[in-house]
Amino acid sequence: MPEMKNCTCSCAKENDEQKYKKLAELMKQYKNSEGSLIQVLHIAQAIFGCLPLELQRYIAQGMGKPLSEVSGVVTFYSFFATRPRGKHVIRVCLGTACYVRGGKKIITRLEEILGVGVGETTKDGLFTFEVARCIGACGLAPVIMIDDMVYKQVKPEKLENILAQYN
Amino acid sequence: MVNLTINGKKVSALEGTTILDAAKQNGINIPNLCYLEGIHKIGACRLCVGEVEGAKNLQPACMVAVREGMVVKTNTNKVRQARKILYELILSDHPQDCLNCQRNQNCELQAMGHRLGVKEARFSGEHSAGGLDISPSITRDMSKCILCRRCLTVCNEIQQVGVLSAQRRGFKTVIGPAMSLPLNTVSCTYCGQCTLVCPVGALNETDAIQDVWQALNDPNKRTIVQTAPAIRAAIGEEFGLEPGTLVTGKLVTALRELGFDEVFDTNFAADLTIIEEGTELLTRLTKALTGEGATLPMITSCSPGWIKYVEHFYPQELDHLSTCKSPHTMLGALAKSYYAQKISFDPRNMYVVSVMPCTAKKFEISRPEMQNDNLPNVDAVLTTRELARMIKEAGIDFCNLEDGKFDNPLGLSSGAADIFGVTGGVMEAALRTVYETVTGRELPFANLHITPIKGLEQIKTAEILIENPLEDYKFLDGITIKIAVTNGLAGAKILLDQVAKGESPYHFIEVMACPGGCIGGGGQPRPTSYEIRQKRMNAIYKEDEGKILRKSHENEYIKQLYAEYLKEPNGHKSHELLHTHYTPRGKYNELMR
Amino acid sequence: MRIKNLEDLVKIKEEYNSKMAEYNYQILVCGGGGCVSSKCGEVKEALDRCLKGYGLSEKISVITTGCMGICALGPVVLIKPDETFYTKVTPEKIAEIVKSHIINGTILEKYTYYDKARQLYIPNINDIPFFKDQVKIALRNCGQIDYSSIEAYIAKDGYFAAAKALSKMSRQQVVEEIKKSGLRGRGGAGFPTGIKWEAGLKAISDQKYFVCNADEGDPGAFMDRSILEGDPHSVIEGMILGGYAVGANIGYIYVRAEYPIAVERLSTAIEEARRYGLLGKNLFSTDFEFELEIRIGAGAFVCGEETSLMASIEGRRGEPRQKPPFPFERGLFGKPTIINNVETLANIPPIIHKGAHWFSQFGTERSKGTKVFALAGNVVNTGLVEVPMGISLGDILFKIGDGIPQGKAFKAAQAGGPSGGCITKEFLNTPVDYENISKIGAIMGSGGLIVMNEDTCMVDTA
Repeated sequence: MPEMKNCTCSCAKENDEQKYKKLAELMKQYKNSEGSLIQVLHIAQAIFGCLPLELQRYIAQGMGKPLSEVSGVVTFYSFFATRPRGKHVIRVCLGTACYVRGGKKIITRLEEILGVGVGETTKDGLFTFEVARCIGACGLAPVIMIDDMVYKQVKPEKLENILAQYN
Repeated sequence: MVNLTINGKKVSALEGTTILDAAKQNGINIPNLCYLEGIHKIGACRLCVGEVEGAKNLQPACMVAVREGMVVKTNTNKVRQARKILYELILSDHPQDCLNCQRNQNCELQAMGHRLGVKEARFSGEHSAGGLDISPSITRDMSKCILCRRCLTVCNEIQQVGVLSAQRRGFKTVIGPAMSLPLNTVSCTYCGQCTLVCPVGALNETDAIQDVWQALNDPNKRTIVQTAPAIRAAIGEEFGLEPGTLVTGKLVTALRELGFDEVFDTNFAADLTIIEEGTELLTRLTKALTGEGATLPMITSCSPGWIKYVEHFYPQELDHLSTCKSPHTMLGALAKSYYAQKISFDPRNMYVVSVMPCTAKKFEISRPEMQNDNLPNVDAVLTTRELARMIKEAGIDFCNLEDGKFDNPLGLSSGAADIFGVTGGVMEAALRTVYETVTGRELPFANLHITPIKGLEQIKTAEILIENPLEDYKFLDGITIKIAVTNGLAGAKILLDQVAKGESPYHFIEVMACPGGCIGGGGQPRPTSYEIRQKRMNAIYKEDEGKILRKSHENEYIKQLYAEYLKEPNGHKSHELLHTHYTPRGKYNELMR
Repeated sequence: MRIKNLEDLVKIKEEYNSKMAEYNYQILVCGGGGCVSSKCGEVKEALDRCLKGYGLSEKISVITTGCMGICALGPVVLIKPDETFYTKVTPEKIAEIVKSHIINGTILEKYTYYDKARQLYIPNINDIPFFKDQVKIALRNCGQIDYSSIEAYIAKDGYFAAAKALSKMSRQQVVEEIKKSGLRGRGGAGFPTGIKWEAGLKAISDQKYFVCNADEGDPGAFMDRSILEGDPHSVIEGMILGGYAVGANIGYIYVRAEYPIAVERLSTAIEEARRYGLLGKNLFSTDFEFELEIRIGAGAFVCGEETSLMASIEGRRGEPRQKPPFPFERGLFGKPTIINNVETLANIPPIIHKGAHWFSQFGTERSKGTKVFALAGNVVNTGLVEVPMGISLGDILFKIGDGIPQGKAFKAAQAGGPSGGCITKEFLNTPVDYENISKIGAIMGSGGLIVMNEDTCMVDTA
């Protein structure tokens, strides 16, 4: 599975075979629970880091669903990625509150620092740069999220220091 | 019954009826683009909106059920304005290249604009990304898609193939295979039912017209054409004739005027199929009953969409399929061997065109199995719709043509061959011959029609008791032959699941991939509705009943073919030319992993 | 243990309260989403370390609570029973606070709330204008109790309403009580909750579902997140009551994927409730059974719309469909389904427990009770506030929110998210309730209020 090789998620230690085995076990539990495709996709993405076509086929087979339906769901939701993401995912909130407090300036500065646009991954595979809809931290606007960590009241000039903590 | 008022008119309708249907029953046609009666309603296009008293917003007539005392207005200024705006919004993301679109003058979107009196397109803006996807059978031009999702419903619910689904979201939504892969890399059966329901030029058969014109214009090519049984009951619709009008003779004349050198009839090969497939069935039954063992039930193999379906979804059940090629490839193989020999013509310079109600047959002829002596059995497949376009392009006044006659030796056919075009027909044709072979008596049904397997229901079954058979078939005495017939792939799935579980009670199953059989094929004229299928079906049975020959084994030219060339059914020559094998494929991709 | 009746609940309440009474102090550390991102975790660790150093771990209880509301000043810490409120606390400051306040008994004023307008420190939380004018029903436990403790919830009369309804009230009576209370859906449209429930109760089916819409979608609104994170049991109890009232025995809570902390805390709470016999079969020794499952969204704004939400719970693309049929006719998996949002459900237990009459004393003629607003944008006290319906927008922004920072002028407040509208200066005196707010061209929505000052370009924002 060449697509998977570049995956830099935290589970890179496990080999593919172990990952597929793990997923198969979990799918067995979910198969009879009505409407659990999205939950299975969450799990698969947590295991593999992203959901490339081969993995979607595996899930379609395991869940007894057409591949087009699985892919339709994967491509509908912005949380699901079909290509490997960077080691860290930066999400800049552009909800109205963050927008009002200067979220757009953060985007511009990040584009300069990272050298990539929104939706892209840096060449070294360290960061994937995304825009989020409201992450519910409006009281602290503008915010960015790196992985699960929320940074509040971010100013463009603070960004380099924040990013320096990640490697 | 529910009483309501539509446009001031007091009407009543059954409970659960939509406003749209209630209006239609009372002579009011509400415009719509996405609705398909009994099949698909999602309220996507919203052109059917109307005013309902008490409701804040305009209501889509295809979604809202009638209520007692409801007051509906479908023809107010507000409604007319709303429809125009809705239409213009659809148009704002649709390429306005009608003049060079395949659906020009046969496009539901175009006709709707005219009907709604739209005189301008005020909105312009970004267009969604298009992209052309050309597979051997179907061409998708997603820049023209209006997201009505009829194709999606047909693919997932009627056919249950599940290759098309909505991908991505919002403005970027596109209908297509997983991850927007091209059709020829996924498990599409090429049945073409999606092309039949597409209201615009987004889904069409992959064009073969240019290739055929080129062959016709090539002085070195001997062009041979054949037409499937279901064409004669449908092509008239393309020229404004009533659905169900039989135009066999005009069709032959039109083909001759187009310049084909020989006009043969696929029906001849249908008769041949019955001899080959009937013999195969009897061989399998004999082996099964004498303990030698054979794979049963045997399942028909004339429908290439069905074949590809089994290859993808039930690759382990391929032995159940009859090894017979589909009739038109049989005829192609014979044209380039038997007939070429007969007229002493080099088959390499022959060009065989099949006019088919089918899109899957375009893929079928490209299969490596459909070749003999390195020559494809058939060189091009035209759908009913494509042939009609060629006839129009050539300026032929179809409706006023004299009746012509097919050429022999590959042009004569029995009534049994005619009914190949309709669900239940292959089964009935086979049994007309097999029963008589076994018992020496005619099939014991009025007018030779096995009534339980006639009609458009999804799955039909029947049992036939064999009594007092001829000496050679004594082992069949007292045996009840169980048969099943289905049309549409959702029905095939039900029967195949039984087979896969080893629980199928049948000896012989007929499957046609398209609802109604070939009369409802993916290459037939648009629209193809339930009523239209029924009319085409009636025409096919009329053609059968009008023939003197009703059984395949009575066809003199078939007898001559065996005597002069093939020698015996299922014999060596037959296997070489008329039989094939199948390729296991992946459930989600074109080839097995 | 398995709770079988009200007496069991009362026992837990008394045990918990007497245990708490043994402590000299309770120190509440806000663990709301805002304070988590302000690193309240480090503050709590420092506090634990510090108390251990003084050998006070046994004498003082440290509790992580849900959101206290005033996110801009996080991390915040409340010391009880003194009611002293410390703001912008750091691990360094906490050592000073413990030394001064706990050891020496002197309030360390310089780290308490500073009122810029009046230029003075206000140490007691109840004197701070931000808290003073609020009435907390939905947020009653947020920032007050240990969100991870079911006993703490029970000690605040939690699950008392469920016990009462299941053992003493018919389904119809529960529906009637909610109808009488005048509660309207807090998710946006303000549809009367009791009427919705009645439709659910009347629907005939072998299976019904009760769904909690926790796909808080309006940018600027985060009250649902705070309730899920700070008081998850109130939502679970609201679901049990709703399920009982309409006759649904399966519930789903659809939480957006952007709220991982909410999912985690809610899952723990559900497990706790199950362990105590408050979910599952034979609740409160009756025939009623109720199961609850969390479904996590995957990042699609549209899924807050109820038909999309149902499609998403079914594991499909979250695309909206035409209504009718309405969810109460044909909803989740084709069965009658009642959907309420988080804040609405958090209001249910107090209504059943204290009665519709008690609830309806708050609010206006047609908009009863309170509403939670999320103040964001250019306002001093960004955070969550709960106020009685009918209070003026000016009071919310200037009395509770403390006005616009840096002395800038107010330009407009966007209410109800992007589909709502902007309220300008001349309408600051309008009483805030469903009717009045739509009269001035905005909508209540889910309660997001994004304040814009004179420098904000409205066109850019749109």
